[in-house]
Amino acid sequence: MIRLEAIHRDFQVGDQVVHALDDINLEISQGEYISVMGPSGSGKSTLLNLIGLLDHPTAGKYFLNDRNVTELDEEEESLTRNQQIGFVFQAFHLVPRLTAAQNIELPLILAGRNPEERAELVERALSAMHLQDRAHHRPEQLSGGQRQRVAIARATVTEPSVLLTDEPTGNLDQHSGLDVMQALEALNDRNITLIIVTHDEALGARSPRAIRMLDGRIESDSGS
Amino acid sequence: MRASDVLLFGWRALYGYRTRTVFMLIAMSIGVAAVMMLTALGEGAQRYVRNEFASLGTNLVIILPGRSETSGVGLGTIMGVTPRDLTLADAKALTQHPAVKRVAPINVGAAEASWQNRKREVTVLGSTNEILEVRHWRMERGKFLPKGDWDRASSVCVLGAKIRDELFGAHSAIGQWVRLGENRYRVIGVMASEGRSIGVDVEEVVIIPVASAQSLFNVPSLFRVLIEARSHTSIPRVIDFAKETIKQRHQGEEDITVVTQDAVLSTFDRILGALTYSIAGIAAISLAVAGILIMNVMLIAVSQRTSEIGLLKALGASRHTILLLILIEALLLSVVGGLLGLGIGQLGSWGLRAAIPELQAYPPNWAMLASVMVAVVTGVLFSLLPASKASRLDPVMALSRH
Repeated sequence: MIRLEAIHRDFQVGDQVVHALDDINLEISQGEYISVMGPSGSGKSTLLNLIGLLDHPTAGKYFLNDRNVTELDEEEESLTRNQQIGFVFQAFHLVPRLTAAQNIELPLILAGRNPEERAELVERALSAMHLQDRAHHRPEQLSGGQRQRVAIARATVTEPSVLLTDEPTGNLDQHSGLDVMQALEALNDRNITLIIVTHDEALGARSPRAIRMLDGRIESDSGS
Repeated sequence: MRASDVLLFGWRALYGYRTRTVFMLIAMSIGVAAVMMLTALGEGAQRYVRNEFASLGTNLVIILPGRSETSGVGLGTIMGVTPRDLTLADAKALTQHPAVKRVAPINVGAAEASWQNRKREVTVLGSTNEILEVRHWRMERGKFLPKGDWDRASSVCVLGAKIRDELFGAHSAIGQWVRLGENRYRVIGVMASEGRSIGVDVEEVVIIPVASAQSLFNVPSLFRVLIEARSHTSIPRVIDFAKETIKQRHQGEEDITVVTQDAVLSTFDRILGALTYSIAGIAAISLAVAGILIMNVMLIAVSQRTSEIGLLKALGASRHTILLLILIEALLLSVVGGLLGLGIGQLGSWGLRAAIPELQAYPPNWAMLASVMVAVVTGVLFSLLPASKASRLDPVMALSRH
């Protein structure tokens, strides 16, 4: 489902070239649950951004559902992100002036869905995250855990095949963090591929497959 | 993305950042209202002048003694010849054309008017019965100057309403004898209060027969001769006739100046028109300033919403969609600001009309349309830079700036 072949990602920093990703080869099947771990600067977030089509490799090929997505133009890339990929960020990234329901509705608006369909899907996503009574609350009126659940609802409302999460519990207390992880794992149970980037060993230990990165390379992969 | 959703998104953004939106709307609407009110003033002034000229009379041709145009050093100048007088006989000769409906000779001077122990300086207008029709004046009471022989210097006068009030107060003026200079004139009528008309303040004038005025001021020449043509189309024929008649009577010298209402009016129109456009141009600068304000605020907004734009990209918004969203936001601002400005401009023009009723300051349709168009174009044009900047944001960098 996801196949990375000899991926390189270099950044020019002043006179120096930094190899953020160095010859990454990786295969992830549909419905897998993977954690990507490693110290800061090891390249795990860069890898997540590449898989999420937010960034482009300097060299190599990336196949998503057997399609070489490194060759997509900007419009096709945006469409793929909207329809096949969901993001959950450590900082939630909710639009502060919009309510929970309106935040969840955003990807559906961008997809051009009609208002009736949107209302139904938003209702379903709110219900799945047990947020029905928070639909008209703004992010500032929600707890950290509730905000992250709104973000998860938004990431999954278009029913993507891949859910990419970057330190999803990083800003949460233990109880809320556990709550969020259970919500994510419940989605994985519905055959959504779940990739979690984290520093947290305990969090990483929850996934059946763990990838460890160091200096832009895959140091170990429990799945290979 | 559906068109209705683009608008909805823009509306939510404007509503979400209300303070910013209100300030931008104020800037835009003040710009539009300024254009409307200033052009309303300009148009009002034009209309005022046009009405004033219309009150002069209809199809009017005015003859002045002497030539007003520069013709270089001619024989007359070298010989020290001054223009010939425009006489009452000249005026009579000007009646002899089928295209001429009426002729009214005019003489003007100042004299002291007195009745019993009341006195004041007045403008004395010497003319004939015809001037009443030519200038569209109305009588309040009594009769106007008698018809008939222009050479007859009868001792009668017609008073302006204010002169009558000041000299006679509560007394009846008709039939009383008023002294003008050394002569006495019997009051036969009082003019209606028509206010000020170009050239003559009807309320503050004493009208006597033209021959009486020539005698009173001891001047053989007329100040003006007013000719009313039978129709607008016959005015050129009347002008040719007047020039030719006077030339014949003045030994081949065309020593008069002929002025028509149209010519004077078109000159005023040109001046006031240029003034209106200049004022509108100055006001349009305020619109451009509003546009620059929108650009600056949008640039700040894009910078403040970097993370939001990054998020939208992560959720599937293309560069084109982001560009569209920012431009629609600016368009909505400009349209709402423009319409608000229209309202304020109408209200302001109404205020101007209430304060200066004679000006009739109605904003012209072209100014209303142009100001809103300029507001919209300026708003959108100046938002291209921030919109383009937003659309080119790198989503990874944008998301990291939370």
